[in-house]
Amino acid sequence: MFGSTPQPPQIPPAKQPEQLAPLPMPKEMTPPATANRMAIVLFSGTIDKLMSASIMATGAAAMGMDVEIFLTNWGVWAFRKDDYLTNTRVSADYADKRGVLLEQIAAKKVTSWMENLEGAKEIGSVRITACSHSMTLFDLQLSDLEPIVDEVIGVAAFIERARESAMTLYI
Amino acid sequence: MATSQIGKVDTVVDAKGQVCPMPIVMLAKAFKDLAVGQILMLLATDAGAKKDVAAWAEKTGNLLLETSEEGGVLAFYLQKV
Repeated sequence: MFGSTPQPPQIPPAKQPEQLAPLPMPKEMTPPATANRMAIVLFSGTIDKLMSASIMATGAAAMGMDVEIFLTNWGVWAFRKDDYLTNTRVSADYADKRGVLLEQIAAKKVTSWMENLEGAKEIGSVRITACSHSMTLFDLQLSDLEPIVDEVIGVAAFIERARESAMTLYI
Repeated sequence: MATSQIGKVDTVVDAKGQVCPMPIVMLAKAFKDLAVGQILMLLATDAGAKKDVAAWAEKTGNLLLETSEEGGVLAFYLQKV
């Protein structure tokens, strides 16, 4: 009823462009070498996410990558001295699974997130830093945190480390 | 115990019952003390270990000589390069 479908116009096959030699890149434009490093922004202080972050860090360390973990907000809160011994918080959106998760962690003898991070430090180069902004908010000093935390730094210092890293995770 | 064609094993790492990432952590730790040419046997029950150990060996440049499975226990034979 609408007549025959119009045929698309015949287009001759495109000529293959000649292979051009790559332009020499000026020295100042050479991109920085990507460091064999995983950067992690650890924002969360619930054990489900701390567990994930610690396993990522451990896996990366085992695979020969450097790891840079930047604690911010509840990440800092979770690293206060001895807090990990009593921390049983889980993400609010999975609060109904909290009991099952805690039971399974105990039953399967899963290593704690703190033990994972200690193990990661033993096998690789793992640096854990705390965000100075969060430290101010919570009125904390480096000495108030677990000894596994190496240093207090600002966001610019972390961004610089993350910029060179092969990957950056936000947990 | 899994049977193997590998004659001499220098170190055995028993990661049975250990959950990811522990088998790889224990492997990486034990390899630090190994001399070049020595062979390590890793035992694991974690389902992820099969792919993890192969990936670890490839990334670190060490040799995964043989993998076997018996009664749910994985046995990996690795040689330090």
